[in-house]
Amino acid sequence: MISDGIEDEEKWLAAAIAGLQQNAFYMHRALDSNNLRDALKYSAQMLSELRTSRLSPHKYYELYMRAFDELRKLEMFFKEEARRGCSIIDLYELVQHAGNILPRLYLLCTVGSVYIKSKEAPAKDILKDLVEMCRGIQHPVRGLFLRSYLSQISRDKLPDIGSEYEGDADTVMDAVEFVLQNFTEMNKLWVRMQYQGPSREKERREKERSELRDLVGKNLHVLSQVEGVDLDMYRDTVLPRVLEQVVNCKDDLAQYYLMDCIIQVFPDEYHLQTLETLLGACPLLQPSVDIKTVLSRLMERLSNYAASSAEVLPEFLQVEAFAKLNNAIGKVIEAQVDMPIAGAVTLYSSLLTFTLHVHPDRLDYVDQILGACVKKLSGKGKLDDSKATKQIVALLSAPLEKYNDIETVLKLSNYPCAMEHLDNGTNKVMAGVIIESIMKNRTRISTADKVEALFELIKGLIKDLDVDLHDEVDEEDFKEEQNSVARLIQMLYNDDPEEMLKIVCTVRKHILAGGPKRLPFTVPPLIFNALKLVRRLQGQEENAAGKEGVATPKKIFQLLNQTIEALAIVPVPELSLRLYLECAEAANDSDLEPVAYEFFTQAYILYEEEISDSRAQVTAIHLIIGTLQRMHVFGVENRDTLTHKATGYSAKLLKKPDQCRAVYACSHLFWVDDNDNIKDGERVLLCLKRALRIANAAQQMATAARGSSKLVVLFIEILSKYLYFFEKGNSEITVAAIQGLIELITTEMQSDNMTSDPAADAFLASTLRYIQFQKQKGGAMGEKYEPIKA
Amino acid sequence: MVLVLAIGDLHIPHRAPDLPPKFKSMLVPGKIQHIICTGNLCIKEVHDYLKSLRPGLHITRGEYDEDARYPETKTLTIGQFKLGLCHGHQYMPIRSHFQECQTLLCESHAPVPWGDLDSLAMLQRQLDVDILVSGHTRQFKAYKHEGGVVINPGSATGAYSSITYDVDPSFVLMDIDGLRVVVYVYELIDGEVKVDKIDFKKMIATATQ
Repeated sequence: MISDGIEDEEKWLAAAIAGLQQNAFYMHRALDSNNLRDALKYSAQMLSELRTSRLSPHKYYELYMRAFDELRKLEMFFKEEARRGCSIIDLYELVQHAGNILPRLYLLCTVGSVYIKSKEAPAKDILKDLVEMCRGIQHPVRGLFLRSYLSQISRDKLPDIGSEYEGDADTVMDAVEFVLQNFTEMNKLWVRMQYQGPSREKERREKERSELRDLVGKNLHVLSQVEGVDLDMYRDTVLPRVLEQVVNCKDDLAQYYLMDCIIQVFPDEYHLQTLETLLGACPLLQPSVDIKTVLSRLMERLSNYAASSAEVLPEFLQVEAFAKLNNAIGKVIEAQVDMPIAGAVTLYSSLLTFTLHVHPDRLDYVDQILGACVKKLSGKGKLDDSKATKQIVALLSAPLEKYNDIETVLKLSNYPCAMEHLDNGTNKVMAGVIIESIMKNRTRISTADKVEALFELIKGLIKDLDVDLHDEVDEEDFKEEQNSVARLIQMLYNDDPEEMLKIVCTVRKHILAGGPKRLPFTVPPLIFNALKLVRRLQGQEENAAGKEGVATPKKIFQLLNQTIEALAIVPVPELSLRLYLECAEAANDSDLEPVAYEFFTQAYILYEEEISDSRAQVTAIHLIIGTLQRMHVFGVENRDTLTHKATGYSAKLLKKPDQCRAVYACSHLFWVDDNDNIKDGERVLLCLKRALRIANAAQQMATAARGSSKLVVLFIEILSKYLYFFEKGNSEITVAAIQGLIELITTEMQSDNMTSDPAADAFLASTLRYIQFQKQKGGAMGEKYEPIKA
Repeated sequence: MVLVLAIGDLHIPHRAPDLPPKFKSMLVPGKIQHIICTGNLCIKEVHDYLKSLRPGLHITRGEYDEDARYPETKTLTIGQFKLGLCHGHQYMPIRSHFQECQTLLCESHAPVPWGDLDSLAMLQRQLDVDILVSGHTRQFKAYKHEGGVVINPGSATGAYSSITYDVDPSFVLMDIDGLRVVVYVYELIDGEVKVDKIDFKKMIATATQ
């Protein structure tokens, strides 16, 4: 059926064009022979083809354009006739003899155009006559095209300011009146079009109608081009009349299109000055009109206008643009109960963009918009509408992008409330965006209150929001999120130790609520942040001592102890042990022996009870020895206890080579080069001898088990330690012992059951070279080395 | 001529949010032939960042690195030079800040008392390398020793250290050309990048032995 219909239409169009061309041919002949009567006759017949009701607007347009071209030739002819002395008034009368009304009106308009040009009558009278006469056609499509023709031929003949048709009797008011009237009539026809024909074809008809919208909108475009339409005229006449028609037509397609058309064709400053009128029409439109898009476009235009030049900003203030827009949006949202949430949020988002452009200094406006949005969302909980979610993200991102400063955003009391409505996933993404903005701008968050507000904002990353919900979180994503939180913690800083301590406490409170999965990420940055504070306090301890409620290293260490404990319970023993040692060393620098001892104790407990992996033990024991070696705060007793333990752990490592290395490293616990209190040569030697015994045992075991070993390198390492202490003046380390060790190593390396080991060869060679080097150097060191034969 | 970036102890995100932007803008892909990193990156994102500068990346493990696959020590040969790499937390003794460091670079061949040098010199002999690069203490150091060099590129983020106070961010670029290496030290001091240059020639004697 439908395909038939289209085919039929093609046929009808072809027939109409054929008829039109045939009559045009005769018309041309008549024109060529100056036969006015025939010319009128054939042109009327030609125009009769436009009387068809069988064509769709699209096809009708094609036919109309052909007729339009022919009418141009006819108009030329009328012009010639008038020049030759034919009375244009007579001509105007004559064409009205055409039998059918549609051809008659097309001819009348064509002559009318020449009539106006002749200036034999005031333009306004002719225009008024034509626009009135056109009422004769009430068929929507035919009427629209006829009036479109009228609009077309009259465009350059309006009595506009500065136009040749302006005169005493003809004012721009007449021009405006004419266009407005034509617009009104066209709109009526256009709206009525939907009722023509069976209701089952309504959808198709609406589509066709939509195709014709520009014929109607063209009138508004013409108005915008009229020079004489200044702001006063626009405000007092044009806009009210246009809006009256828009509101009264009660047609959603027309209302949406025309509102948008008004916004697009007239200048921004007009909109600004007539905001109240324009916005006043919005709540009067049909509820089904997509008013949010219209308003959004208006605000977008105004935002761009504001952004175009700082000079226009005072205008915005003067007309109180924000209040008006805000008010209008409120009314629209109230009036359109069925408006989806996404629509409302879109409106607020547009208003926010506008505000950020026009009133960047008015944070209260921004907050007000967020507040209104939150109010609209209240009771809705978390949104599962992706469109609305997207709009809220836009709403929340705009202030971040504008201000590039989280501190400003934190002042917006409604910001967190709006964020609450995002689903958990999006909430996290938004929190990520916030952190990213902070990192990008390197913003320092400098007070505990702000930190509190910020952590409240990004709580989606800080803790599990939904206890019951075990989302399958991608582990990589989780890591990335938590690492971004860790980076963020680095940005929290205040020069004032009191405030900094408050910040540390605030962060601590939040991250401890984060659960065992997050602690390994969030505790270390907090610890180091706090240790930096401790270091700052070291210089000013004397002044602060004694005062109550003052940040002291002692107080901070207590907090840190508890914090690391929480991490240790997770359990993350290896990381916790490292942090205990860092704290111990910091306590050492603060001369807090009991605190340092406590941290060491905790580290030892973890070592004993929690770290069982042999490789982890090796690393841990070296860290323990390394840290303990640098501690100067301990009295003899404490130091002995800790040293004794460390030596014990070293000797109990699983692998012999690891034992050996840890034991010789322990020698440094008894000999600190620049601390005369710690120079126990005897115990150094004991360590080294013990290391030698272990190396021996290790080698024997390896040889027994595998027939060979590559452990001679251990002896060379111990030799290096002998040389170190020898140089440092440890009298227990004798030339004879060194000599003996070198010989032992040389023998070992030449023995049969040793497979050659180039690494060991090179090590020994470079060590011997070093001894040679020291000898040649002369002086005290050279003398010391002299007896050693390498 | 080969450019080698030596960098380490970034401690991101435990102690620093990121590399200083000024460093980041200097470190661009394409110019550097090798990156050697002493460790403590600490996370994969930083690893990926370094990799984006130069895919061939040599890393040793610091005590805070999450990636357990980094080795404790590593050696590689670039041109005529044999380089050794280690983080350094394993080697004793390490001096604390209370024990003043005397000489960053000594022109004579006499060993100068320098806290961690003795242990690192031992490591250098053990690995039998011309240049040993290590980290951990956060202080940039370059020291000539028995015809070899020990370099510590410091911390690229100026990360907090229990050993050293007031750490300025730093890294090292080594320009290796034949038997000569020029060590450029980039330090960020009060927001300005300061560059120092240290020349070092490899002695043929050690090379041939």
